[in-house]
Amino acid sequence: MSIKVENLTKYYGSQAAVKDISFEINTGEIVGFLGPNGAGKSTTLKMITTYLSPSSGKVFVDDLDISEKSLEVRKKIGYLPEQNPLYSDMNVLEYLEYAAELQSIPKTEIKDAVKKMVKVCGLIEVKHKDIGELSKGFKQRVGLAQAMIHNPELLLLDEPTSGLDPNQIAEIRKLIKDLGKHKTVMLSTHILQEVQVLCDRIIIINNGEIVADNTSEDLKSKFKTQFNVKVVIKRNPAIGKEKLVSELESINNVDKVKVDQEDDVWKVDILTSKDTDLREDIARKVMSMNLVMLELHQEETSLEDIFRNLTRKQ
Amino acid sequence: MDKILAVTKKELRSSFNSPIAYIIILLFLVVTGWFFTTTIFPTGLVSMRGITENIIIHLVLLIFAAAISMRTFSEEKKSGTLELLLTKPLKDFDIVVGKFLSALLLVVFTFIPTLVYVISFKIFGLGSIDLGSIFGAYLGLIFISALYISIGIFISSLTENQVIAFIISFLIILILFLFNKILVFIPSPLVSTIEYLSSDYHYLNIAKGVIDTRDLVYFISGIYIMLLLTKTSLERRKW
Repeated sequence: MSIKVENLTKYYGSQAAVKDISFEINTGEIVGFLGPNGAGKSTTLKMITTYLSPSSGKVFVDDLDISEKSLEVRKKIGYLPEQNPLYSDMNVLEYLEYAAELQSIPKTEIKDAVKKMVKVCGLIEVKHKDIGELSKGFKQRVGLAQAMIHNPELLLLDEPTSGLDPNQIAEIRKLIKDLGKHKTVMLSTHILQEVQVLCDRIIIINNGEIVADNTSEDLKSKFKTQFNVKVVIKRNPAIGKEKLVSELESINNVDKVKVDQEDDVWKVDILTSKDTDLREDIARKVMSMNLVMLELHQEETSLEDIFRNLTRKQ
Repeated sequence: MDKILAVTKKELRSSFNSPIAYIIILLFLVVTGWFFTTTIFPTGLVSMRGITENIIIHLVLLIFAAAISMRTFSEEKKSGTLELLLTKPLKDFDIVVGKFLSALLLVVFTFIPTLVYVISFKIFGLGSIDLGSIFGAYLGLIFISALYISIGIFISSLTENQVIAFIISFLIILILFLFNKILVFIPSPLVSTIEYLSSDYHYLNIAKGVIDTRDLVYFISGIYIMLLLTKTSLERRKW
């Protein structure tokens, strides 16, 4: 089950929500669709699920053009929208049966399908409860169960963990990870950690445009051009802040030095200009100035920084 | 077809889960019961005219139709469940028909208990029962309710606010009904057009026991147009 998106564009009025994006997702991949709020993630998913029509561009699911074979495509897709579509007056079993009926599961197999989903998604203890009475974590599981009731090969999840507490998030992530083993999954989120935990590949979208499409390792190595060394030094009134900055800047390959003065310590941020380890040079320099170093550690540019750099508003 | 019925079944179940359906059914029975008996005792004739031509009963029917159709789409729009329905493998029109059928069935359920009045008069031998007019009255009631519901469903598909849906559909069906009552004020060249548009005019024709294709065409085409408009309104998301 693969998805192919070609030059997809969506206008809301004169505002472009998605601008000419193209990507492919292959069978079995778990892809994270990452971007800040309002970047066009949900709009893209809504177009793939045929809820919205593109202003221009094409989407193929399993080589079927979704604008022509919309009903067939919908049979293959399991979709959990951002706003979890639950009927609060139905109980869990009734709701899943309804979803199964709509998903054209043969009548004789509905009971089994529902039973299986109740078990897989851990809903046994709440299956007779009204959905309106369930906690958010359980509601999200019911939403997932609904999306997968027909055992689709392709699963589209729009911010599946938003609004959950940390325990619930961990549970839902585990569930997605288990379920995703045999499926193609596309998952939208604005939480970076989530894609790092769950996904093989990351597509970053910003302002309706794709700004990166890589595996998470590739993404790191591609953007890892600098180290950030953080040093805490005991303040010596005999030496001025300016002196310290100029001394540190004299080290080879140091790009930028920033010093914050706090009570009796200096907190120093040193950005290296190249992918080189300068910790030793820095330590020697500090000692040569007869200063006492309290802390020193080096940070790699994290995915978080990359994400922030890529999606910063111009 | 299976999926249309799945939608109908689900809708009916949630109607009976909410108290509104019971309240309105009860209200309808009380009001019809009252007028039924008050027309029978003075005339001694069991005919349906006292019911079909009664404005208050008709008003209750208008409220009933607007109330059961107001939630059909508004509620789903608001709660986001419409996105679920519209991304499942069923046609938009099937969803509309499923919801229409469930609202119509709810109305029919409400009419069934009123048969008790008719039967009780038969049992107690009160007056003579005019079967033709009784059949016509029920048929007319079903047709006119179906038209009102289809209008209500269309309006409901336009807004996610149930109260707005209720008020606007009530106003529209009220005007449609009142056309027949204000004919004397209408300039003569327009009278026949306004009369044709009036729901009450066609309803009374059928209720008299005279089943004319002109009246059937009015109701059936009206309902069909409304359901198509509803489908178009659902497709607006794609524009």
